[in-house]
Amino acid sequence: MAKIKVEGLTKIFGKKPKQGIKLLKEGKTKDEILKETGLTVGVNQASFEVKDAEVFVIMGLSGSGKSTLVRLLNRLIDPTDGKVWIDNEDLAQMNEKELRKVRREKMSMVFQKFGLFPFRTILSNVEYGLEVQGVDEKARREKAIQSLELVGLKGYENQYPDQLSGGMQQRVGLARALANDPSVLLMDEAFSALDPLIRKDMQDELLELQEKMQKTIIFITHDLDEALRIGDRITIMKDGAVVQVGTPEEILTNPANEYVERFVEDVDRSKVFTAGNIMVRPEMITIEKDGPRVALQRMKDAGISSVYVVKRNKELVGIVHANEVSKAVKENAADLKPLVQKEVPTVHTDTPMHDLFDTVSNSPVPIAVLDDDNRLKGIIIRSAVLSALSGSEVNGNA
Amino acid sequence: MPEWYESIYAWFESLLNFVPRIPLGSWVESFVEWLKNAQFLFDGVRGVIAFIASDVFLNFFQLIPPIIFILVLTGLSYLLVKKQKSYGLPVLIFFGLLLIESVDYWDDLLLTLSLVLTATLISVLLGVPIGIWMARNNLVQKVVTPILDFMQTMPAFVYLIPAVAFFSIGIVPGVVASVIFAMPPTVRLTNLGIRQVPTEMIEASDAFGSTPKQKLYKVQLPMAKVTIMAGINQTIMLALSMVVIAAMIGTDGIGRQVYYAVGRNDIAMGFEAGICLVILAIILDRLTQALNPAKK
Repeated sequence: MAKIKVEGLTKIFGKKPKQGIKLLKEGKTKDEILKETGLTVGVNQASFEVKDAEVFVIMGLSGSGKSTLVRLLNRLIDPTDGKVWIDNEDLAQMNEKELRKVRREKMSMVFQKFGLFPFRTILSNVEYGLEVQGVDEKARREKAIQSLELVGLKGYENQYPDQLSGGMQQRVGLARALANDPSVLLMDEAFSALDPLIRKDMQDELLELQEKMQKTIIFITHDLDEALRIGDRITIMKDGAVVQVGTPEEILTNPANEYVERFVEDVDRSKVFTAGNIMVRPEMITIEKDGPRVALQRMKDAGISSVYVVKRNKELVGIVHANEVSKAVKENAADLKPLVQKEVPTVHTDTPMHDLFDTVSNSPVPIAVLDDDNRLKGIIIRSAVLSALSGSEVNGNA
Repeated sequence: MPEWYESIYAWFESLLNFVPRIPLGSWVESFVEWLKNAQFLFDGVRGVIAFIASDVFLNFFQLIPPIIFILVLTGLSYLLVKKQKSYGLPVLIFFGLLLIESVDYWDDLLLTLSLVLTATLISVLLGVPIGIWMARNNLVQKVVTPILDFMQTMPAFVYLIPAVAFFSIGIVPGVVASVIFAMPPTVRLTNLGIRQVPTEMIEASDAFGSTPKQKLYKVQLPMAKVTIMAGINQTIMLALSMVVIAAMIGTDGIGRQVYYAVGRNDIAMGFEAGICLVILAIILDRLTQALNPAKK
């Protein structure tokens, strides 16, 4: 079931916006309507669905209506026409009180310029959402502190926003949004005001948090690289209308029209995609409990000739090959440990695809993809690299 | 003017003959006469103002011996500026008030101070809510702005006349005239301060489900505080500038001494009274500014 469903959502700015609706339905463009009536089309009959717990990126250049669209989703701007369903409730039909309840309990927002209150301490900023709900002081303090810990800002409770760097301020914005424990997070160009390195850190951190939290995140950006990095699915907007909705791969490999094509043609896929993007779920053997028989069975089932061996916490131990395991099984050996080869090719989840080519082409086995704690997150097989590159300029250095 | 031009001028003038003399003045006069039907209302207002100015402020100030008054105010101002490590204000207050006492204007000072504080209090109590209302409603802003312009530009002498008609003479019409003249900055800057709160903060407040009241008290007013305080500071200064004019309708205080001095062409008296007003003005200005640190 869709978490959020948007149907024909339209916003027209100006006096008597209803006449603009008619013109839009007749198929007139934004420019024609502006010329004819003086009305500005903010969002033009947008329709899409957002699944539960996905990162849904809305991307477009400035003036494409993406910021208006996200404000229609929590009615900071009232729609002119169309419907927004959240958990099967129509937001557009709600009265003030019902709307407040949704804003307090279901969705929070993170702003481009952070939107922190300068006269409040960090802690009191994070508490704001709970405070307006009337949560008592002790409970909201506790939740706010938890939330600050989540974004790594413990110890800054009593500082003021202007004492913090931009990146830290946006963490506060994120903590404030998380303190309410909403199921939907609206992020309006949340990282656009940060410098590139900090931005990348924040993107990583958001993804990491998302793994734990499983929120539905609607993320607005004008930056295609950012969209490709964090989006489970991406919507591309132009002149207030939705041009294409799809996974990053679909957008890259199958642009819906010329506009999207021009957008994505500059993207160097080998720099955009990281090992984490193209890895697949590995078969693995747990060294503490699985013996040679289990290992052999698993390789047979999956039709592979080697399998990675991990500890119970997924930390990588090494790899075993089918021929050696099958020999051990014939000899009735019960212990897998002597068979494990410790020398295996590994990369980090964040390694750009660009840097994978050498390792991939020289390795007889799939490459293990590890996270910061050496835990096996996935494996990369040669064909995955090629298919990710397909359609783009594979040049000499590949 | 040559003769031929005079006749042309006369011809053009005759074009306007159909416009009758509009009796604007007598209209206003009869309106004021008509308003006197509500004299009980004005008596009520008069009672309230007289109570605040004379019974509360003046009586309280008169209880305090000057030396205690000076020391307490100096001490309080010292506490206010201690953090900034600039001790000009306590020094100014100490010697300034001492000078006023030494030239024998202490009683007049207390009267003037009561007048100014009462006018300021009423201006803030009326002005801030009006300013908030203006900020939230464009129509109200459109209606109130020209009224404020009127209040500020109409020469103060002009509304002394109806003030006397409604409130007789003494401190009360003085306060009323001061309020009319001094309230606009508080209203304007409250409106401005609230309207200047960055959109993103208003959106943040809304997005977390604040009620309009929560938004006002938790975001808009705290954000506008510095601007509103600047407006109140202006109101105090304008109220002070009214004390000499108010003396014309029998309001006591330092203003009356200035007014007398002008009438008698008494340079010594005029200067002493004038310098007392200046000292009071500077003290009130610096005190309110010290209360309003622009940045933490």
